[in-house]
Amino acid sequence: MNPIYASRRRKDIIVRALCFVAAAFGVSWLGLILFTLFYNGLAGMSWQLFTQNTPPPGASEGGLLNAIVGSLIMTVIGVGVGAPIGMFAGTYLAEYGKHDRLSPVIRFINDILLSAPSIIIGLFIYGAVVVPMGGFSALAGSLALAVIVIPVVVRTTEDMLNLVPNSLREAASALGLPRSLVIRRIAYRAARTGLITGVLLATARVAGETAPLLFTALSNQFFSLDLANPVANLPVTINNFVQSPYVYWKQLAWSAALLITLAVLALNIGARLIGSERTAK
Amino acid sequence: MVCRKQGWGVAEMAVHSSAIEQVASHDRSRAMDAFKLGDRVFYWITRISAILVLVLLGGIIISLIVGSWPAIMEFGSSFLTTQRWAPSAEPPVLGALSPLYGTILTSIIAMTIAIPVGIGIAVFLTELCPLWARAPIGMAIELLAGIPSIIYGMWGFFILGPFLADTVQPFFIGLFDGVPILGAIFGGPPSYLSLFNASLILAIMVLPFITAISRDVFATVPPVLKEAAYGVGCTTWEVVRHVVLPYTRVGVIGGAMLALGRALGETMAVTFIIGNSFRISPSIFAPGTTISAAIASEFAESDGLHQSSLMLLGLLLFVLTFFVLAAARLMLLRLEKKAGK
Repeated sequence: MNPIYASRRRKDIIVRALCFVAAAFGVSWLGLILFTLFYNGLAGMSWQLFTQNTPPPGASEGGLLNAIVGSLIMTVIGVGVGAPIGMFAGTYLAEYGKHDRLSPVIRFINDILLSAPSIIIGLFIYGAVVVPMGGFSALAGSLALAVIVIPVVVRTTEDMLNLVPNSLREAASALGLPRSLVIRRIAYRAARTGLITGVLLATARVAGETAPLLFTALSNQFFSLDLANPVANLPVTINNFVQSPYVYWKQLAWSAALLITLAVLALNIGARLIGSERTAK
Repeated sequence: MVCRKQGWGVAEMAVHSSAIEQVASHDRSRAMDAFKLGDRVFYWITRISAILVLVLLGGIIISLIVGSWPAIMEFGSSFLTTQRWAPSAEPPVLGALSPLYGTILTSIIAMTIAIPVGIGIAVFLTELCPLWARAPIGMAIELLAGIPSIIYGMWGFFILGPFLADTVQPFFIGLFDGVPILGAIFGGPPSYLSLFNASLILAIMVLPFITAISRDVFATVPPVLKEAAYGVGCTTWEVVRHVVLPYTRVGVIGGAMLALGRALGETMAVTFIIGNSFRISPSIFAPGTTISAAIASEFAESDGLHQSSLMLLGLLLFVLTFFVLAAARLMLLRLEKKAGK
């Protein structure tokens, strides 16, 4: 065989093998992480997790009830505040802002906020909410999550509305529908699955966020529904328990980690399934 | 709610002309007024929400500057060049050199690992992988991006750190023992908590971002170009090297910088396993700290000048990531325009 051809083939085979190894490397991390999570997390799964509050140091009994409820509350409020704002802003960019010179700036800034470090959001909320309110609170934590939700939803909403064919809007306008109704009745409805996907992805993003909660919601050893006070939540509980010397706390941290990961993966997969249903149609 | 109900009524009026004839003309003008009002209200709600995005950015910058003002006044530019971090000394001495060093070093190591691997996976997914396996592997990589960073941190703390300290680190330490420079970089006792461990976790975390964007931009290469290259007898590697990569260079670099922005600001994955030591050591197996790790582990219990200095660290981090992310977005925008034409 021609030596040049042989060396080209050899190089090609090496690179193919390296790419294959890289893919195996990437996928195996997911496998490894999930395996250890399930292995360690399942060991601590019991009804206690959902019926008892986080234990004091050294105790060998207790659950995660207060943390689970706190996380749910903050996630719901965070998404509840952030998602509508994000949807309206995305609507403006996609529907009204085509000729507004501010739109490209907003889009650009939004993309930067989308990947800004979440701990910075925590610092911002600390300065803007925690200090004026005089203390850490569930409300501050929720608002920090809302700030993270907004850019995600803005982005997906704009992208999804841009996918709606203009002929639909034109048809509705020709029938005499005013602009706002064209958007709400026609564009939103046509883009519905996409919009839901965006909100689900945003929820998945904040469900496990820890850094912005460390000094906004803080944590709480007891059960609390009071928005003006610190509230327990799964991520900060993990953060506090992992580095503790108590075996039972570490076990609880693994269980909490498994719960969060399952929730996040479920949301991600759910969002993808809804998204793919749309393309299948 | 009232407005919505009215909307339905009017919408039907607009569609069924018989409905219009039935209502009196002043009702029609009332309906038109309602239309106008609803239109304007909706327009302004969306517009204000959009402007809120700008307000958010402004608020972040202002609150960081306000919070860090005492530290800026106290330390000035020496903040950037001081390595010592002694919040409880009298007077407190606080410097950003060590966290800055840690942030940049861990990000560089992470990117050195993640860029080739991430691009490798993207090449595998677009060129080599059998069709039936593409979707599942792509999904697995994307799910990797969805796992919260605290899980990575915890996993690194319990599993990866001990593994690296027991196997990988001693191997490198032995390999470079006695070699000048390299011996110092890969020197010292192996440690569960180190810059190297943090870098590896960061690399795993940003891998999906690089892969996802590379795969997307690889898909923009016109098939004709690749087919032509294959047609004249190029191997897969040559097609990737001489057709796909040059065509998508800007996008790949943009994606890598986006990932860099993530790596710079990543907090929870790093905090557990970096050791939170403010001493700069030549060895990458020694504990260190990053800006975000310093903030995460100290902020809640800080006050006064200490807290202000942490805010200033946050401001530095924000400025750093802002420029990296802005550059990344500009590159990707340029690519989008090119694709749009």
